[in-house]
Amino acid sequence: MKQVFGYPESLQTRPNHYCPGCTHGIIHRLVAEAIDELQVREKAIAVAPVGCAVLAYNYFNCDAQQAAHGRAPAVATGIKRALPDRIVFTYQGDGDLASIGMAEIVHAANRGENITVIFVNNAIYGMTGGQMAPTTLPGQKTTTSPYGRDTATTGYPIQVCEMLSTLKAPAFIARVSVHDPKNVLKAKEAIKKAFEYQVNGKGFTLVEVLSTCPTNWGMTPVEALKWLENNMIPAFPLGTFRSLEEVSK
Amino acid sequence: MAKVTFNEERCKGCEICVSVCPKQIIHMADRFNSKGYRPAEVIEQDKCIGCAFCARMCPDVVIEVYK
Repeated sequence: MKQVFGYPESLQTRPNHYCPGCTHGIIHRLVAEAIDELQVREKAIAVAPVGCAVLAYNYFNCDAQQAAHGRAPAVATGIKRALPDRIVFTYQGDGDLASIGMAEIVHAANRGENITVIFVNNAIYGMTGGQMAPTTLPGQKTTTSPYGRDTATTGYPIQVCEMLSTLKAPAFIARVSVHDPKNVLKAKEAIKKAFEYQVNGKGFTLVEVLSTCPTNWGMTPVEALKWLENNMIPAFPLGTFRSLEEVSK
Repeated sequence: MAKVTFNEERCKGCEICVSVCPKQIIHMADRFNSKGYRPAEVIEQDKCIGCAFCARMCPDVVIEVYK
């Protein structure tokens, strides 16, 4: 009998601190698998965000740096420019990237920095207790929008992929989801492709991964996956928005 | 012939694996692990087809698949 699925080398063996059913764990594993398959673990450098994934440096089995809130793309820029032979990636949530870090991500993308950004969007602030994020859906109840997000006063969810793909410099921008096995495989492909682009020096790459937050959404993990599929995907359409080969959308 | 193994101490009992198994052979055990969760387990190993859906969806890398 041959092992067909096992623990990736680029993931440390310690258990993660994420809540039961949180899809951060799946996304961590996909990133680790992509790094393994491209055999770049020994020259990979992760930049961790502020948010639930702040301890990502404890989980990725490669060098890592933790950045101030939202500043991961700026820190990654510095690392990549100082050490251009390393594979530098950031791992950021929607509170980190789409709110306080919006300036950093837009300018890193606009400069076409040769880094990879893994953007985990779960439409809520997780670590701080379920507050409304820039990506919260209209009408979605959070601790700071108890009657549902009111678009008249708080606007609409920011579609980061669509916005960044109006820029000229980015090389690869895609949005994927991890709500079922088929989409997990597609997410893995997109993440691997983004890293491949960086290995080949093609420029800025970003993969947005739609994710769940069962704890702060107030659902079981399985209900949360269904909610993602039924509510988040219509608001955040999946697809490749920018690619040097083809654009499928 | 396929086989899945569960590292029960890592399991947080989220039941995502149970929901995606096409053969519906994954169940939550009656016992607790040291974290206080009921771990997922498979008793009817002979029905496993080795599709690895459970392992791909597991957020805690609990599951290994052999074929």
